[in-house]
Parts: sequence; C-alpha cells; structure tokens
Amino acid sequence: MPISLTVNSVERRAEVEPRTLLVHYLRNELALTGAHIGCETSQCGACTVLMDGQAVKSCTILAVQADGASVTTIEGLAPVGTLHPVQQAFWNEHGLQCGFCTPGMVLSTVALLADDPDPSEESIRHGLEGNICRCTGYHNIVRSVQTAAKSLAAGATPEPLLSRDSAQAR
Amino acid sequence: MNPSEFAYQRAGSVEEAIALLQEHGDGAKLIAGGHSLLPILKLRLAEPDMLVDIGRIPELRGVQRTDAEIAIGALTTHHEIATDGQIQSALPLLSDAAARVGDRQVRNRGTIGGALAHADAAADYPAAILALDAAIVARGPRGERRIPAREFFLDFLTTALQPEEVLTEVRISLPPEGHGWSYQKLANQASGYAIVGVGTVIVLHDQGAVADVRVGVTGAAAVAWRAEATETALQGQRLQNDVIAAAADLVDGGIDYLDDLHGSAEYRRRVTRGLTRRAIVEAAGRARQG
Repeated sequence: MPISLTVNSVERRAEVEPRTLLVHYLRNELALTGAHIGCETSQCGACTVLMDGQAVKSCTILAVQADGASVTTIEGLAPVGTLHPVQQAFWNEHGLQCGFCTPGMVLSTVALLADDPDPSEESIRHGLEGNICRCTGYHNIVRSVQTAAKSLAAGATPEPLLSRDSAQAR
Repeated sequence: MNPSEFAYQRAGSVEEAIALLQEHGDGAKLIAGGHSLLPILKLRLAEPDMLVDIGRIPELRGVQRTDAEIAIGALTTHHEIATDGQIQSALPLLSDAAARVGDRQVRNRGTIGGALAHADAAADYPAAILALDAAIVARGPRGERRIPAREFFLDFLTTALQPEEVLTEVRISLPPEGHGWSYQKLANQASGYAIVGVGTVIVLHDQGAVADVRVGVTGAAAVAWRAEATETALQGQRLQNDVIAAAADLVDGGIDYLDDLHGSAEYRRRVTRGLTRRAIVEAAGRARQG
C-alpha cells in the first residue's frame, strides 16, 4: 500500500504493509528511533509523536492512516545541534532520569503548551496522564513544563545544544 | 506486537463502506480512529481479513445543532466532544464524560462512533448516552434507523448494530436549559477505564420536585444499563437526603455485577450505590442553581 507523508518537514513516500504501525515505520524505515516502544498497549506514551500538530500514540496508528499527514518526532522538534525550549527546560529542571519516556513527555508538553500556554499544575498533571515515567515521580517533569511555559512565553527559540558559557570555556 | 495480516481499503462514502462490508462479510471490520480496534488486533484477539477505513468520510464529521437536538458525527473525537462549545453548553454531561476518557493522546484519536460500536463494558460514554436518552443512528443495506440508547448495548462488547451497518451519528434531544447533571467515575488507576461510572440528568419543577430524571451506569456489569427503579423512586419527589439514599440503593435492579481482579461484585455494588448517590446530589445541586 503506497503512502506519502511529511516527517520532520521531509516528504516521504513508501510502500508499507497495511498492518505496519506508524511507530514501526518511523523507527525501522526512517531510523527515527526517538519514538520509543514501551508498553505497546496505548498506555505509556513513549511512542508519542505529533501528527498534524496533535499528540498521538504512534503504536496505535497504522502507517496507512497517517497517509497525507504531517508528523513530527523528537528528532524534528528543533534543528540538529539545538534544543527546543521544552527540551532545554527538561534539561535545566532535571525532568528525566533514564530518559526512556522523555521524547514522548517533551512532545506531549509541546502540544499541551500550544493549547494552554500557561497551565496550572493540575492541568499539567492531567495533560500528561498519557505519558508514564517510572523514574522521576513526575515532580521535576511538572517543573520542566512550568519552566518551558515561561521561556516560551518570553519568546524563547531553539538554543545551541551547548550553552554559551560552556562553549566559551572551550 | 504486530497485528496479523489484513487487506486495507479506504471507503470514500458510507455507501461504499456498506458495500465493502456486504462483499467481505464477517472477515471485514471498520476502522476509524483505531483506538478500540488496534489494541485488539495487536493482541490478536481478533484477526480480520480486511479493514475498511471510514476515517476520512466527510459526512461522518462534525457537530450540528438544531432547536431540538444535537447531531454528533461518528468520527467526532473525544477531544472534540470535550472541547466543542455547543456540546459544552447544551450537553455538559457528555463533554465531561468525553474529557475523562483515557488520556490526551487517546482523546485526540478515539471517536465516539468507535467507542460506542466497540461497547467496552468499562467505557465512559454509555453512562452519559443512556442518561441523555440518545439515539444511535446506523445505516445499512436496508437504509437508516435510529436505535434508542437503552436498546443499543446488548451484552459484553455487543451492540444492536448489524454486521453490515455503519454507525453514522449520535442524536441527542436537548435537555432543558438549567438541567442538573453529573458524571461520577471510579477510574482504574492504571488504565483510566471506569470500574464504575454513573451519569445522571435531573430536571426540577420550579417548586423543587423532580420533573424528569435519568440515570445510566457503566463499568459495573457486562453491559451498561438505565437505573429505572432509581428513576421511578425519584420522580415527583423533593430531593432530600433520605429520598436520594433510598433511590440510590435501587440502582442495580437485578443486574449481575462484574466480579474480577479490579473489584469483587460486592465492592462494585457498594461503589455503584455510593456513586449514584453522589451523582444525584451533584446533579440536584446544579439543577437548583439553574
């Protein structure tokens, strides 16, 4: 079954079996392994990507259903070598430990803040219910989202991966 | 986890979808958002030969309001139902139930038509659909019919839909403005599914007596039900605490509670009565405020 879609701003054409899940297409065909496979039962959210701007679980979408869509994975969130303000906030606030859930957390946060740029703590916790973290206990993740909201409101744009200070130190 | 192999065809219209169902018979399944079907396919609890994708049929989209009712297209997502201004103002019970389905990502993809057709015993919508006395519209080879909500849910994962019918929309008569409503849910902490969910709509006379009341219950048994004995006990009454408590104790009306690892039958019975009481109290409070 032929499909064509835009992934991280690149147009892709492929021939896929109808049963191919979007997450398998992204990982196996495009080597975009930032979309993680966790529970595979639509619960953990590690496979979250943005499809036409909405956070979705790519383990519960057929690649053929994404035909014509625009998909953003964690790899496409910011130009190579830079961090999106949400990624930077997760870094600054230690919003991760093992990092397995982080791509999904970050993309869910991007969608959450697009809908609600100044969410309450309760809205953040409710908004991230579809992403499970087994390390952090969520407190630092909530702080990361709050920090990201502030920096996006202040007009932050993707920053080089090394901070200015550490770059100067070199 | 991969589903087993299947053929895939996109239907451009409801008629085309019906024709494909007729052509392929039992081996064909409809898919829209896929959030009920794909988990089943991945676990290989079902292995259809063919999926008919109805997810892009324009006429199944959208929310239409007339003076008397709201028609919600089958492809309307839980997120859209939770956030649509018309539904929020006219059918707050339905938008509240939709907002509590699964999680954000699931609500972005899952559709009301798919959730109703799948008829999971622990789904949220049935409680609201029953309490709102909705009609489910289905189209098949012999035309279109309206199925009242109380005749729609037949058994575990079983509805009144025929194999060659497509659920096209849900039509809900507008409750009077100022009606009271409540959705009370005890959610499974891991999955978010309802261990018990109780939806209610209450309309009060000016003097405070009950003019109309409907109660729908989901999660507690293999199939959702209307709590008719509770409704009868409340009809015409002023909603004092003892009246509410006595009516809530009649909620089961002879159904068999589920008894599984999420809760024993006795636990579900107690939770159902308690949530019914809370739902009536909250709905009555909202009705009094108008």
